[in-house]
Amino acid sequence: MAALLEIKGLNKSFGGIKATDDLTLSVETGELHAVIGPNGAGKTTLISQLCGLQRPDSGTVLFKGGDITLVPPHRRARLGMTRSYQITSLIMEMSVIDNIALAVQAREGHSFRFVAPARGDRQLRDRAMDLLRRVGLEEKAEMRTVALSHGEHRHMEIAIALASEADLMLLDEPMAGLGAEETRAMVDLLNGIKRQHTILLIEHDMDAVFALADRISVLVYGHIIATGTPEEIRGNEAVQHAYLGEEA
Amino acid sequence: MDFSLLVIQTLNGLQLGLLLFLVASGLTLVFGILDFVNLAHGSLYMLGAFFCATLTYAFGNFLLAVIVSLPIVAILGLVLERVLARPLYMRDHLDHVLGTFGAILVIDTLVHLIWGPEGIQVPLPDWLQGQVPLGGDVIVPTFRLLIIGSGLGAAGLLFWLVNYTRLGMLIRTGASNRTMVSALGINIEMLFALVFALGAALAGLAGMLIAPITEAAIGMGNNIIITAFVVIIVGGIGSMKGAFIAALMIGLIDTLGRSFLDDIFKLAMSTEAAETSAPAVSAMLIYIIMAAVLAVRPQGLFPPKVR
Amino acid sequence: MTRKSLITLVVMALLAILPPVFYWTGNAFYLDLATRLTILAIAAVSLNLILGYGGMISFGHAAYLGLGAYAVGIPAFHWLYDGIGDWATNGLIHIGIAVAVSAIFALITGAICLRTRGVYFIMITMAFAQMVYYLIVSIEHYGGDDGLVIDTRSELPLLNLDNPLHLFGLAYVSLVVAMLLVNMIVNSRFGMVLQAAKGNNERTVTLGFNTYLYRLTAYVISGAMAGYAGALLGNFTTFISPEMMDWRASGELMFMVILGGATTIGGPVLGAAAFILLEEVLVDTLGWLESPLHSLLGTEVELSNFWHLPFGLLLIVIVLYVRGGLMGLLGRGED
Repeated sequence: MAALLEIKGLNKSFGGIKATDDLTLSVETGELHAVIGPNGAGKTTLISQLCGLQRPDSGTVLFKGGDITLVPPHRRARLGMTRSYQITSLIMEMSVIDNIALAVQAREGHSFRFVAPARGDRQLRDRAMDLLRRVGLEEKAEMRTVALSHGEHRHMEIAIALASEADLMLLDEPMAGLGAEETRAMVDLLNGIKRQHTILLIEHDMDAVFALADRISVLVYGHIIATGTPEEIRGNEAVQHAYLGEEA
Repeated sequence: MDFSLLVIQTLNGLQLGLLLFLVASGLTLVFGILDFVNLAHGSLYMLGAFFCATLTYAFGNFLLAVIVSLPIVAILGLVLERVLARPLYMRDHLDHVLGTFGAILVIDTLVHLIWGPEGIQVPLPDWLQGQVPLGGDVIVPTFRLLIIGSGLGAAGLLFWLVNYTRLGMLIRTGASNRTMVSALGINIEMLFALVFALGAALAGLAGMLIAPITEAAIGMGNNIIITAFVVIIVGGIGSMKGAFIAALMIGLIDTLGRSFLDDIFKLAMSTEAAETSAPAVSAMLIYIIMAAVLAVRPQGLFPPKVR
Repeated sequence: MTRKSLITLVVMALLAILPPVFYWTGNAFYLDLATRLTILAIAAVSLNLILGYGGMISFGHAAYLGLGAYAVGIPAFHWLYDGIGDWATNGLIHIGIAVAVSAIFALITGAICLRTRGVYFIMITMAFAQMVYYLIVSIEHYGGDDGLVIDTRSELPLLNLDNPLHLFGLAYVSLVVAMLLVNMIVNSRFGMVLQAAKGNNERTVTLGFNTYLYRLTAYVISGAMAGYAGALLGNFTTFISPEMMDWRASGELMFMVILGGATTIGGPVLGAAAFILLEEVLVDTLGWLESPLHSLLGTEVELSNFWHLPFGLLLIVIVLYVRGGLMGLLGRGED
């Protein structure tokens, strides 16, 4: 397996506080790599730097072998990186399938096409329907987005991320705000799509992470203190001390 | 270009600017705190002029008429707030615009019904009718100096009110953080009504001050409201300081543009071309300025920190 | 068929049949009313593209009506007084100028307005329309404040616009085309992006759409369509004045859209019809009340001058209580 994403010696500080401290991490093609860490560990800062919204003070980010450290966000999207948001961001007034079809449409370049009805476009609709099927929402396709539950909105977010056909999906806390039942559904969903996609999962929910991840990296005070399989992480003393210990 | 004309026109520009500030400050106050777009703000300006006109005839005293008209317009502002604005606060701006648009039609027609279709002249007392020599051949009507004086006075009072009183503190907090004010246990409805009434009184005052020069006329508010919009767009919606600076700027540019633009154009083009193009350009001048400001700063010159 | 499209069809059918019938039965006045209604409906349909579907609250749409009308009036003026050749009365050229000037004005002002959001946008569109108003007022050559009489109507192949039926027919067909055009645009891929940007701009940007360009394109299309309506309006009134692009006129157009129901194809037409008919009914009713009032009070009162009073009150009531406009009211139960 080759590394799809490689982060080397990343540093970022805000007014003397190190949010990212000599962070090194690699995500290999096809794996689901989870980053966990207690609150304030610098997870959000990390994801902002990965999608280009914040510029690191030093260090490099390599994507598909190329240096993207200074590449602006929309260009990263075109290189094959997509992200989901911690806070749901959908077009509530439109139907579920319209939301997904719009994401498919975005994948196909500009939309200055005025004549053919978009809802009659089989290519768009079929692809959108496929995606909805994958996230288990095919029966709600024609409903207005606002009528769906929070958990279903999170599933829509995943479908939109899938629509971009990105090589790397950055998922920012997809379980945020979900109940136990909904979390289980999300874990099943992610289990279904992993392998076909490389995923970097930033997540708070321990059970979910251990159920899903191929490898886990533990982030504490902006520094990765350990990387390994779920079993290795569970057995790692430093991790237990720094992180799991707190909860035990 | 002769010097005394420049001085006189500068004073005229200052006068227009201050009147604009009186209208714009209420508009920006109401928007900044209540998040309410009030197209009918110009109607309060008109009502100020009409009440002042009637009362001037009734009392035979212009100043007394102004003093009595002020609370009347403030109360009318309260009525407008109660009847129309309050049910619309939670709606979007489109509904604000349409609702107050309806209010303009109603108020304009009511004024027509009550005062008739003709404008009303407002006579000035003798002591205000004279002219004051300001040295050289610069002679300025006393009343214009009064407008400038009272405009500056009202502006000063407003700054004091907003910056140094408890009400002002609430206004400033309310503009940036509405939940905070509610959390402080302040009666927010009361605060909103007060702000609305204050804005109404300011607009009414502007109408009263202009009435002796133009006359109280139907639709007078609808012309100034757009210029007031330009002022608060340029100044930054919700900013009192922005409204003041932008109002003076727009007042001066508009007045000086209309009087001197043809002279300036003559420096660069033929007399004939200058005389045909100058009126057109000066008519558009403030809008061009607005466009230029927005091209550089889409939030206006002094955008408030929040919103 | 949905109830809303049924309503739209009925309205369009009535609009096609009634006016000529009135005309042939000696009520030419009602044909004129219908022509005005139809032309304003085109402008309302064009406004709905940006206001309803694009969420851009433009308070300056009457400016395009004015620009379009002057695109007929100014060439006709020079044709009459300066003898600049018969091309100046050619309707296709008039329409071409009207559409082009409106599109350019929309492009320039839209590029600035669309940098802003919310209440700024409302006020700036209003201010730019007022700029055109003052510009026309300042050009005394074309009548300034007093307006300009259009001495000759546009010459078009096959049509004679001096014939009120022809003019109505042209306006009607134009309205149908405008509705089909907007329907096509809002359902296209472009329309999806436009509506998505209205619903959640940030998400639409994140998906990779430059929403500014999509909005601006819609803004220009809408302006050009309204300019076309203006050219028809000039031919209808044969008199143009800055008054018709006053901000009240813009407010009325906006109201037609909201009254009928934004984000529906037929809504603006229904709104324009209701608006014009209401105006007519109020003026008539008040006029009819004048003589009994005269005998009652002993003084002459021109009540019909005051139709704005009940009208304004009605607008307020509609804003306060009728959500979704007439379409929402009549097509209730549908999404």
